[in-house]
Amino acid sequence: MNRRESLKALGITTLSAGVLIEACQPKPEYADTAVAADAGAQTDRQVSEIPRDKQLQSEIFFTPHEIATITVLGDIIIPKDDKSGSASDAKVPDFIEFIVKDQPEHQVPMRGGLKWLDTKCLTRYSNSFKDCTAAQHDEIVNEIAYPQHAKPEMQQGVAFFSRIRELTASGFFSSKMGMEDLGYAGNKPNKWEGVPADIIKQYGLEDVKFT
Amino acid sequence: MGDIQIKKSSKTYDIVIVGSGAGGGMAGYVLAHAGLKVLMLEAGPFFDPAKNSAQLKFNYESPRRGSGTKTRPFGDFDAAFGGWELEGEPYTHKDDTKFDWFRSRMLGGRTNHWGRISLRFGPKDFQPNDGISDRWPITYEEVKPFYDKVDRLIGIYGTVEGIENDPDGIYLTPPKPRLPELFIMKGAAKAGVKVIPGRGSVLTEALPGNKDRGACFYCGQCNRGCKIYGDFSASSCLVIPALKTGNLEVVPNAMVREVLTDVNGVATGVSYVSKEDMQEYQVMGKKIILAAGSCESARIMLNSKSAAHPGGVGNNSGLVGKYLQDSTGASQSGFLPQLLDRKRFNEDGTGSIHVYGPWMGDNKKLDFPRGYHIEFGGGMGMPGYGFGGDTPILNGTVPGRDGKMKKAGGYGAALKDDYRRFYGTDFGMAGRGVGMARIDNYCEIDPEVVDKFGIPVLRFNYKWNSDEINQAKHMQETFDRIIHEMGAIPTSGKHGPEDMWGLEAPGRIIHEVGTARMGNDQKKSVLNKWCQAHDCKNLFVVDGAPTVQQSDKNATWTILALSMRTAEYIVEESKKQNI
Repeated sequence: MNRRESLKALGITTLSAGVLIEACQPKPEYADTAVAADAGAQTDRQVSEIPRDKQLQSEIFFTPHEIATITVLGDIIIPKDDKSGSASDAKVPDFIEFIVKDQPEHQVPMRGGLKWLDTKCLTRYSNSFKDCTAAQHDEIVNEIAYPQHAKPEMQQGVAFFSRIRELTASGFFSSKMGMEDLGYAGNKPNKWEGVPADIIKQYGLEDVKFT
Repeated sequence: MGDIQIKKSSKTYDIVIVGSGAGGGMAGYVLAHAGLKVLMLEAGPFFDPAKNSAQLKFNYESPRRGSGTKTRPFGDFDAAFGGWELEGEPYTHKDDTKFDWFRSRMLGGRTNHWGRISLRFGPKDFQPNDGISDRWPITYEEVKPFYDKVDRLIGIYGTVEGIENDPDGIYLTPPKPRLPELFIMKGAAKAGVKVIPGRGSVLTEALPGNKDRGACFYCGQCNRGCKIYGDFSASSCLVIPALKTGNLEVVPNAMVREVLTDVNGVATGVSYVSKEDMQEYQVMGKKIILAAGSCESARIMLNSKSAAHPGGVGNNSGLVGKYLQDSTGASQSGFLPQLLDRKRFNEDGTGSIHVYGPWMGDNKKLDFPRGYHIEFGGGMGMPGYGFGGDTPILNGTVPGRDGKMKKAGGYGAALKDDYRRFYGTDFGMAGRGVGMARIDNYCEIDPEVVDKFGIPVLRFNYKWNSDEINQAKHMQETFDRIIHEMGAIPTSGKHGPEDMWGLEAPGRIIHEVGTARMGNDQKKSVLNKWCQAHDCKNLFVVDGAPTVQQSDKNATWTILALSMRTAEYIVEESKKQNI
């Protein structure tokens, strides 16, 4: 099969078609031999994965207060701008809720970190973090967002903020909105011909000989 | 009769193969096409990439955004079931040694997720003359015709380079480098490190004479399995085509317990437990081929004890499980400040390697034997879990858009912009090298522990020594030079003697071989040069286990070539009724 036929086999008729519909393969010729193919193995999932994912989806880890705080913090880390929406627009809090159940090592640092932040804010501003003013948010976040410049007594907050910042970036830029923001152009059938000539020229790489 | 019984098949197959990966798949392919009646036992489920691959899904279709789990360590869409830990299937370690054993129990085995980096061993790999490495009982010239046939049957891209110990194959056009890879080539040239086009088993062009497999459409996702069979997996390229001959049957979810032998020590069949009904089965074969993976095959042999084979079948020499070798591995990553704000385009390319650094070193001038190759990569890949993790660190290392330096870290609109600026500027390089074959690196049967099927498990004993540690140090020094000449900034932490220069634990590179080495002397080897057990002539082993001494090349292409060679030998000898 050449590339055109490959794509046809995939149910994709033009190179611009981006989304793969279920591959429409002919019925395998060996279906009537003694192959005891896995019944129901029509997906890429292992038998143990499906119930585990269902279980994780059905559990709730964060309290409503915690999720509200994550939402406020997430939008401080990744706000809406002229190119794309905010972390909560991309449903980052839902992703964080899932991932701490999937990777339980996040649970104590996240729960404890949120509590650390609330306690600091209660002491300083007599409010939990989410109910503080924008100026108060900026003030405290500034003290934990720059690891090399943070005061020793704020280091626990730095560790927490670094973690939630990583999770927020993961959740935002792996979302559809985030990928579009970044301009990720792949995951679609194409013919790779190498780096476009104008870009090779831009970086002065014309002399790099490949073959 | 109680409720537990052994179900015996009445049929005697010409061949029973244990395992469906590169070695078992190739043996099944050759033997079924030769007209022999073949039964293949696979410990996991049937898997057809055409139906079961997660190809072309976006990471947002995964609730974990593509991150790995214990049973999917290379990511949520990676094709390989299993991992370094399997539920109910433990393994143990002797003393404080470490070996991580990766198992993928499914049709095609670990060929489902591998990097498709396909390399021939060279003349000096089979017949090393360094006075240290053990020699194989065969030469490159003897294996070359089989490498050629594997190239034509499966398809591989690359370039003819004429490097003595990286022999050329029969190649399709290689994919061009991605942008960071062009910087790598330029920097490596300045650093005096040879870099050539990659060699990968991906169909960059239609494979001549093959109507069942499609040409690559460059999604860069070979590790998810390819729905159009555009890359090499043992399932799509070997087992599924072999099924179409009508001469091969596959029994999935069949966890093999032992090889059965008669009073004379001749192999008669295999016993297994079915994961579907937990019943015990016995199937009979005139010849038995083990291809369960180097360590699993050794485990089966050691567990196959009888009066004729008190130490396990094939183990008269006492060497089954010994000489276990995994490749060395160490890596570094960095980013190219020159590429900040780079223009976007689809840079997925293939899911295998685009640029490759062969070993060109002269060991006379070095403090370690043998060498390593370097795998390079970089580009604007699909964002997923972990995206931009370094950005709040790296944004303190370069001036911002306004030309001013700023504090690392941050939040808000400025940080959001930094994530965009840094996208696609990163790259990585990983060394993969020779782990020396030593009798004191081994797996054996743990005297006390069984798995959930009641099968005694493996206990590992493995340690690196200065041969590997000094090699890792050399890797790091080479990476440092390349990164410096690229004008790039390293992002991985510094390595030193305290972490063995970043040398990965044995087993992490998943290239384990050597547990049933071949040789001409029955006392010093398990198999003869046809991968046939010295003490059980109708038993063969065709995975990585026959390896005498691994090389700096990944083992798969050699497993395929040697399995094909053994299968053809079986066909010829069967005709002569010698076995």
